[in-house]
Amino acid sequence: MGVAMQNGSNRSESRLLSVILVTAICLTLSPVLRLFIEGLTTNQGTLGLSLASEILAKPSTLNALKYSLITAAFGTLVSLILGAAFAFLVALTDLRAKAILVFCLMIPMMIPPQITALSWTQITGPSSVLLKALGLAPPLGSPQPLYSVEGIILLLGIQHMSIIFLTTRAGLRAIPQEVVEAARISGAHGLRTWWQVVMPLTLPSLAAGTAITFVTALGNFGIPAMLGIPAGYITLPALIYQKLAGLGTSVLAEVAVLAMLISVVAVIGILAQRFFQTRQKIYLVGSTSRPLAIPLGAARLPIEILLWGVVCIILVLPMLGLMTTSLVPAYGVPLSFDTITLTSWWEVLFRQPVSARAFVNSFSLAFGTAFVLMILCLPLAWLMARNPIRLSRLFDSLLDLPYALPGVVLSIAMILLLINLPFTEATLYGTIWIIFLAYLARFFSIMFRPIQASIKQLDPAMGEAAQSIGASLYQRLRDVIVPLSAPAAAAGAILVFLTAFNELTVSALLWSSGTETLGVVIFNLDDSGENVMASALSMTIVMVVMLLMAVVQLLSRHLPKGIVPWQT
Amino acid sequence: MADITLLSVNKVFSGTPALQDITTRFEDGEFIALLGPSGCGKTTLLRLLAGFEMPSKGQIRIGTRDIADGHKGVMVPPEERNMGFVFQSYALWPHMTVRRNVSYPLEIRRFSKKEILKLTDAALNTTGLEAYADRMPSELSGGQRQRVALARCLVSNPDAVLLDEPLANLDVALRASMQAVFTDFHKRTRATMVYVTHDQAEAMAMADRIAVMDNGRIQQFDTPQNLYERPKNRFVAEFVGLGTVVPVFGVEKMDSLAHGHVLGKRIKVQSNHDSPSHVCLRPENLTISETGDFRAKVARVTYLGGKYLLETVSDCGTRLLAETRAKFDVGVQLGLTISTPWAFYEE
Repeated sequence: MGVAMQNGSNRSESRLLSVILVTAICLTLSPVLRLFIEGLTTNQGTLGLSLASEILAKPSTLNALKYSLITAAFGTLVSLILGAAFAFLVALTDLRAKAILVFCLMIPMMIPPQITALSWTQITGPSSVLLKALGLAPPLGSPQPLYSVEGIILLLGIQHMSIIFLTTRAGLRAIPQEVVEAARISGAHGLRTWWQVVMPLTLPSLAAGTAITFVTALGNFGIPAMLGIPAGYITLPALIYQKLAGLGTSVLAEVAVLAMLISVVAVIGILAQRFFQTRQKIYLVGSTSRPLAIPLGAARLPIEILLWGVVCIILVLPMLGLMTTSLVPAYGVPLSFDTITLTSWWEVLFRQPVSARAFVNSFSLAFGTAFVLMILCLPLAWLMARNPIRLSRLFDSLLDLPYALPGVVLSIAMILLLINLPFTEATLYGTIWIIFLAYLARFFSIMFRPIQASIKQLDPAMGEAAQSIGASLYQRLRDVIVPLSAPAAAAGAILVFLTAFNELTVSALLWSSGTETLGVVIFNLDDSGENVMASALSMTIVMVVMLLMAVVQLLSRHLPKGIVPWQT
Repeated sequence: MADITLLSVNKVFSGTPALQDITTRFEDGEFIALLGPSGCGKTTLLRLLAGFEMPSKGQIRIGTRDIADGHKGVMVPPEERNMGFVFQSYALWPHMTVRRNVSYPLEIRRFSKKEILKLTDAALNTTGLEAYADRMPSELSGGQRQRVALARCLVSNPDAVLLDEPLANLDVALRASMQAVFTDFHKRTRATMVYVTHDQAEAMAMADRIAVMDNGRIQQFDTPQNLYERPKNRFVAEFVGLGTVVPVFGVEKMDSLAHGHVLGKRIKVQSNHDSPSHVCLRPENLTISETGDFRAKVARVTYLGGKYLLETVSDCGTRLLAETRAKFDVGVQLGLTISTPWAFYEE
């Protein structure tokens, strides 16, 4: 037994913590920092704001900002109405089959936006295969109703309702049952209890959810790009994409300013969310062990039918549209027993070199991201919980930023950071590595937060017990901490994989020939009018998504609370 | 050999002192209890011994080996101290079987497979856990879990065993039987044991010596009998056992016996101080008699099983506790006689 004296109680821990922490900070926060430096630099390379003010004064910028704010604001409103209604009914009443309902409500969030947009355009407009097969299609030549500001708003609303649903339900679950029971024993009836007791207590989480939904809607690229570009309705992310795709890196300084603009709006939203989140935790004392189940009585069945009807419209119908489109031989051919075919599935999955490449790229990127993040986050989360130094607290409060900020902002930041590697002529722009690094930054918090939650619930004595019987830092990590937080890490890894596998916004700006991802391929297929193949590929991805979600669902029984986002 | 020495140990948590100037020595093979109300610093002291915390000032030694020096800011990390620690929450690793939980310390120390098997079996035997070796911790009862925790810390033959309120999560009956397990274990191994508890009955039943702590200081470090019969100050007198502390005046001392004025009467007192200021009136010091030194009125009666505890109020308003076998009703006047109480000096 060594008798070496050591500095402080956990010298080896502090050393490992600083190494991992610095790595994590470089990965996640340096791109964001780099962007802000760029935004403040003029053409001559000195600090200033002249380029910024020049670009911000352009009518195209102002229009895009206006369109972005309008679609994000009204889209958030749609999410708020849908998400909050579902949250109140699911969390407070005695609805049946809640688990399945919640699972179905999570699917819109996990389906990538470009697929949402594609699926909805397959059930509306004159060339919808589904409508044609049913004989309901509008006459040829009539416009596609979703190529409009209303279309963007509707789909943004549906895409992000899950966020409001989740935050509101979490807030509702934090309300102790006694609070509601006290109101009822004092004589308050159903709706009155809801309005005067439950509602005021839920407002902070509702507001926090609204703020973060607004930020997410603002950064959404897939929906406004696929619906807005044909209609000439260009939001900020779409404008950045168009400029960069059309003119290349010569406009980098200009798009950096646009990215700054959108991130300023986003940061205001994030701060609002933080503010409301801290408000939520005050003055609620009591047991929250038993969930509320206020009986709905005779209204239960009609309400259930209504809710499942909504789920049908926002989930089943669009998927049906995708499915029918993917089964015709060519766009425009009506679906019947004579024409039904799997040709496009065969074509897109096995024949097209681009989509085969994209499968490999997306799979490797998603797998690699999940793997690297797991290796990084497992020890980091534990060490940060055990050694609360100032730097780790600061990092804790900022690590969500790359995920919360719009994807285009992170992409521009990544290009700026990696287009010229310092001290060399080399560049990572155009290689798959820039996408990989961007994914590491963007999905860091998706991996870190579940592990952190599980480690917070771990008795600190677990590690100390091993320490007291002589286990070294490495042995403690290997034999105690990793096995105990492995389920949470696995859930986090699947979520990272899922999100990265479908990712579009970041890769849309960073891909080049040979490094296409699945999201990019679907976007390009749709762009070039190959709706049938796009639908077949999308359907495949939707199935992969649902399969992985089901795996997480099954895994969730073995997980502590708060790991799986839609589980309680 | 594992006598533990602490030299003016201080511990400060973000500006608040948790331990102040602790200088003491635990002899090899002693069973020590750290007793005190919550927040008195007893668990902090234990964690300092284990190495989970670093002293802000002062030194800790095991035998002749320095294990922590707050002045130089250096210490031996817990994993190199060869101490055993039993946690209040047991801290069994839920993903390992009982056997693996117990054998893990030996794996860490790179024992051979054969030795691991032998020593693990011996530890499981000692704690009566042979039948449960292949179970998971979640399948055990509270008492069994506690025994696994004990077996885990014995198996590596530590210099000292530190126990942090190990019985706090058990029910009363189980607590008594686990106390027997701990004392038997201590008798057999003669390991130095430091046991943190807030339950004085537990401390009295098991410990050779008890350190009574309050406000981050050791108030008195003595045998259970001395703590009860010869408390050093008001805190110890009131914290350990039942009793009332009242002032004593005009003490005249000759040899070991002394006389002084207590509650207006001149009585015999015992003390090791030249001019004590207070006496501690235990129920044993009070006898009920018609011709008592002073009158008191019964305010509350509590049945203790076989005897009654009387809470009485004397004429001068002092609350006094007495024990009787006969039952008295509330409101009854009775006479009390004080017999040689312990006197101490308190500023």
